[in-house]
Amino acid sequence: MKNQPVIEIKNLYKSFGQTRVLNDFNLTLFKGENLVLMGKSGSGKSVLIKCLVGLMDFDKGSIKVLGKDISNIKQSELDELRTDIGFLFQGSALYDSMTVRENLEFPLRRHQNDSESKTKARVEEALENVGLPQTIDLMPAELSGGMQRRIALARALILKPKIIIYDEPTTGLDPITAKEIILLMMNIQKKYATSSLIITHDVDCARVISNRMILLLDGKDYIQGTFNELALSEDPKIKAFFK
Amino acid sequence: MKFLSSHQSGFISFFNEIGDMGNFTGRYFRELFSKPFEFREFLNQCYQMGNKSLLLVGVTGFILGLVFTLQSRPTLMEFGAVSWMPSMISISIVREIGPVIIALICAGRIGSSIGAELGSMKVTEQIDAMEVSGTNPFKYLVVTRILAATCMLPLLVIIGDFVALVGSAIIENAKGDVSFTLYFNQVFEALEFTDLIPATLKTFFFGFAIGLVGCFKGYNSNKGTAGVGKASNSAVVFTSMLLFVLDFIAVFITDIFYS
Repeated sequence: MKNQPVIEIKNLYKSFGQTRVLNDFNLTLFKGENLVLMGKSGSGKSVLIKCLVGLMDFDKGSIKVLGKDISNIKQSELDELRTDIGFLFQGSALYDSMTVRENLEFPLRRHQNDSESKTKARVEEALENVGLPQTIDLMPAELSGGMQRRIALARALILKPKIIIYDEPTTGLDPITAKEIILLMMNIQKKYATSSLIITHDVDCARVISNRMILLLDGKDYIQGTFNELALSEDPKIKAFFK
Repeated sequence: MKFLSSHQSGFISFFNEIGDMGNFTGRYFRELFSKPFEFREFLNQCYQMGNKSLLLVGVTGFILGLVFTLQSRPTLMEFGAVSWMPSMISISIVREIGPVIIALICAGRIGSSIGAELGSMKVTEQIDAMEVSGTNPFKYLVVTRILAATCMLPLLVIIGDFVALVGSAIIENAKGDVSFTLYFNQVFEALEFTDLIPATLKTFFFGFAIGLVGCFKGYNSNKGTAGVGKASNSAVVFTSMLLFVLDFIAVFITDIFYS
């Protein structure tokens, strides 16, 4: 593990009206690391990652991604930075008016000036990576939930990002498909040496994939450590997650 | 008191929405003139709105021409003025009925479709996904749709007007033994540029209104799938009202210039 930070969040605050969702939250993701962020539903995990990619403004604090402070960069720089971040949405978020091929081609056409043949080859490679080359001309509505999640993963990876953010990657999937997705995430991490931030409340997923974990409680980074350290903790608030 | 306070909050939310729409319109014009221009998506939207509305506009226009002529015929016959039929029909259709009816049809077809599509993209995080991939979703989804609606509506109205006149000519041919050549000669004699230009100009504004309201409602929809239905429905209702207001303003201005 190289100790080079790719994401640094310091003293982050975010409120909605009177409700404080993030309260002095800190996080560092290192290069090549799989960091799992766990927390209860509604604890602010999704808000955090939306702040992280600039989809939502935060009130106070700083977020540095690949050395750039995202609150102090121009929109064009932010767009450029976003090409280094792959994002797997909880609901897959595939463009439902486009075929699988068009979904995968979309980021390529906008950010790379590849020839038609190279674009085609990259789309096919991305689909091979997730084991779904046969779905290339299907519409998202024709795919199962697990297949949609895999295609979304292929789309997140197509620009070969340095960081991948997974928002609840196994939520809503049956245990077998969830395991397949976890395996796929591990393979991808090995193949592309990406750094991953995984937001989940699936303990199995965290156990298998995490190098390090952070528990998000009351808007704070309550505790950090390896899965085993947290699982063996006697703190009742931590124990509640591992029951 | 409850009645008053509920109406008061209704007024406040109405004016808030008008303010939000003003900001949305301002952003549209800022993004319209900044690079990059999404030409491919603009053409795609022109095809979706123009070509795919053609049948609906054609059928509506044709029936409009038929019915309008059938309804007017007995009255004109009573006054011995049936020979005025082509002039009367053409001026009414080109100046007023054609643009308004076809704009209303398009508000239903195009406005609701934009509202539902963008609303569904919003609640399923597709718009967020687009933004995260480094694409400006406002430019890609909103600017292209509003511009396409603005450009396509005048063409659809011209086609609809022509088809309505063909429908009217068929009735005149069947009932009054008026040849197509004679009918259209009288139509072109009756119509002047002062009829055509203001009527065509206002359709650009109608198209803009349809695209703008559909995009605004869809892009700002929330509250899950129920919000998508609401966005689609309110896009049609609000656009229909707005079309009549715009029509009144257009007629008022035309009247000042040409009276």
